[in-house]
Amino acid sequence: MRVLIVEDDRTAADFLAKALGEAGYQTEIAGDGEAGFELAATQSFGVLIVDRMLPKLDGLTLVERLRARGDRTPVLILSALGAVDDRVKGLRAGGDDYLPKPYSLVELVARVEALTRRGPSEGAVTTYTVGDLVLDRLSHKVSRGGETILLQPREYRLLEYLMRHAGQVVTRTMLLENVWDYHFDPQTNVIDVHISRLRGKIDKGQDKPLLETVRGAGYMIRNDRH
Amino acid sequence: MTATKLEKLVPRVVFATPFRLFAIYISLFCAAVAATFIYVTVSMQGFLNGEAETAVHAEYEALAAHYREGGLASLAANISEHSASSSGTLYLLTDSDGRRLAGNLDNVAAPLWNSEGAAQFAYRKREDGRVSERQALGFVARFPGGLHLIVARDIENQETLKRLLRRAFLLGYAFIVVIGIAGGVMVSRSILRRVDAASNTARAIMQGNLAQRIPVTGRKDEFERLALSLNTMLDRIQDLMTGLKDVSDNIAHDLKTPLHRLRTRAERALQSSRSPENLADALGSVIEEADTLIQTFDALLSIARLEAGSRSESFGPLNVCSLTRDVAELYEPAAEERGLSLQLSCAGDVMMCGERHLIGQALANLLDNAIKYAGPLAEAQVREGGAPLAVNVSFEDKGDTVDIVVADRGQGIPQIDRERVLHRFVRLQPSRSIPGSGLGLSLVAAVARLHGGSISLEDNEPGLKVRLSLKKNLPPRGTMTSAQLEPVPSHVD
Repeated sequence: MRVLIVEDDRTAADFLAKALGEAGYQTEIAGDGEAGFELAATQSFGVLIVDRMLPKLDGLTLVERLRARGDRTPVLILSALGAVDDRVKGLRAGGDDYLPKPYSLVELVARVEALTRRGPSEGAVTTYTVGDLVLDRLSHKVSRGGETILLQPREYRLLEYLMRHAGQVVTRTMLLENVWDYHFDPQTNVIDVHISRLRGKIDKGQDKPLLETVRGAGYMIRNDRH
Repeated sequence: MTATKLEKLVPRVVFATPFRLFAIYISLFCAAVAATFIYVTVSMQGFLNGEAETAVHAEYEALAAHYREGGLASLAANISEHSASSSGTLYLLTDSDGRRLAGNLDNVAAPLWNSEGAAQFAYRKREDGRVSERQALGFVARFPGGLHLIVARDIENQETLKRLLRRAFLLGYAFIVVIGIAGGVMVSRSILRRVDAASNTARAIMQGNLAQRIPVTGRKDEFERLALSLNTMLDRIQDLMTGLKDVSDNIAHDLKTPLHRLRTRAERALQSSRSPENLADALGSVIEEADTLIQTFDALLSIARLEAGSRSESFGPLNVCSLTRDVAELYEPAAEERGLSLQLSCAGDVMMCGERHLIGQALANLLDNAIKYAGPLAEAQVREGGAPLAVNVSFEDKGDTVDIVVADRGQGIPQIDRERVLHRFVRLQPSRSIPGSGLGLSLVAAVARLHGGSISLEDNEPGLKVRLSLKKNLPPRGTMTSAQLEPVPSHVD
C-alpha cells in the first residue's frame, strides 16, 4: 500500500518513510503543500500523512481541498499544535486522525495501520472472531471456546476496539482516545491495569493467550494463532 | 506653589476637558439667559407702550371731539385745563408757524413736528427749576388751518426700568462667567491632579517600576473605582510577569536537568557500552527521558495557554458528575492495585458549561496525585493485612458553583506548603523520589481559573482534601456560537 508523506522537514520525512517502509508500505514524499496536493490529486494512495504547517499551502487547506473534490483517502494530520482545539480543527477540516508532534514512530505506524485497515463496510460487521474468541456486536456478548465471558461495559469496548484492529499494534494513546475519548495525558499507565484485567478475563487458563503486550509500543490481539 | 508652577498649571488647566465642558456649558447658559432677557424686555416694552399708546389715542379722540364741537377756542381751553392737572399727559398745540398756542410741552424738534401719527421722542421737562430730558410716547395730528397737535405720555420710568434690567442682567453675566471660569479651573485642576497621578504611575511602570500603583484617596467616586480596577489589573499583570520570570527560571532548572541527564546517558552509552544489548538499554532510557521531557513541555504549554485565558471553542454543556465517574472508572483499577479504594458519591446530574477534556485532565491529575502520594501508605497497610485506604470523590452543588472534592488518606500537605505547591515545578521534599513534573496541581489550578473557579487544599485529617471549585455558567465570551458547540467526531472509527 502506498502512503504519501507531505512534510517539509526532510529529516523527519525520511525517518517516517523508513519506519513505514519497514512496516511494508511504499512511501512518497512531498516537501510542500502544493506538491502534496498535486500528488494526492493525481495518484492513488492508501493513506496521506499531512503536516499541518507547510510551505505554499497549509495542511488543513490541503485536506479541505481534497475533501471538496470528493477524495475520501484517510488522512493523518501531524502537528506541533496539540491542544484540543487544534485537534478539533484538524478533524473538522477532514482529517481522520490527528497526532501531535513530537510523536513516536511506533505510534505513527500503529495509527497508519488503523487507518488503512478500516474497511468501509465496518459498521455492518456484527461479529468479530479471533481464534476461538467471539464478540457479538449486536448482543454485546463475548465468548471464548463457547464459554461466555462477562465483561464490564468498558472492558467490552476495549476488547471490541482491540479485536477490530486484530493483528495490528494498538497504542495506549489510541486506546485512551478511542475507548475513553480522552485527549489528555493520564500521567500513569492507567491503561495497563485495564488491559491486565481484560487479559485476566479472556486469557486466564487458556494455553493460547490472545492479548499480547508489544514492548515499547502497546497491545495487540493476534489473529494468526489458531 | 511657586509662580512658575502656577504659570505652567493655568494654561494646562484651560485645555483640560472639564474646563472645556464648563466653558461650553456656561456659553449655552449665557445664551439661554440672553434669550430670556430679550424676551422679557421686548414683551414688557410692548405691553407698556401699547398701554401708553391707547391712553394717548383716547386723549386725542376726546380733544378732536372738542375741536369739532367748539373749534379752536374750545380745544385750546381744554388743553390748557388738562395741562394744568398733573396727570402726566403732555400736550402741545401750535399754529402753522410752530408757535405754541397751548399745552405743557416745549417746542419740539422739526422732524417730529413734521411727522404724523405715533412717535417716540425726547423732551425737556422743567421741574422745581431743574431741566431733565425724558422720553415720551406721543401722537402727532394736524387740524385744518395748519394746527399741529401733539398728545404724549411720559415713558421715562419704563426706560429707567429697562436700563435697570439690562444692568442687572449684565452684572449677572459677569458674575456667571467669573464663577464659571473659577469653577472650571478648580474642577479641572482637581481632576487633572488625579489623572496626572494615574499617568505618572503609568510612566513609572513603563520605565520598569512594576510595583508602582495609582494612589487611592479613599473617596468613593468614579476615579477611585477606576484607580482600584487599574490597580487590580496591574496586580494581575505583575503576577503574570513574576510567574513568567519564575517559569523561565524553573524551565532553566527543570528542563535543563533532565536534558543534562539525557545527554549524559547518551554520551556514556557511546563511550562505554559496546554490546548491542547495553546500547539498546541505553537508547531505551534515552527515549524514556525524552518522553518525560515532552510530557513536562506539554504540561507547561497547556498551563501557559490556559493562563492566557483564551477559552476554547470546545466549551460546552457537560455533566460534570458523569465526567467524573468516567475519569474515576479509568483510574479505579490502578488505584485498587495500589491498595486504594476509589469511592465516588454523586447523586444525580450536575450540569455545567466547560471544556470536557480540560476538566477531565484536571480530575485525572487529582486522582493521579492521590494514587501517587497516598498509594505507598495504602500499599504498606494492605501488605500488613489492613483494609484498603479510601479515596473519596464527592460533589458539593452550591448553586452557582460546583465543588469537586477529592480526599485521600495519605500523608497530606502541611498547612505552610499548601499555597506553594500550586505553583509550577514546586515539589515537596518527601515526594521528590516519586516521578512527576511538579506541574500537575498548577495545571489543575489553571483549569479552575479558566472555569471561573479555584482550587484549595484542605486537611482531610489525616490526608489531603483537594477542593476544585468550578463556576457552572460562565457568561459567554468571544465568538462562541451554538454551531461551534456541536459535537465533533473524535473517534477514529
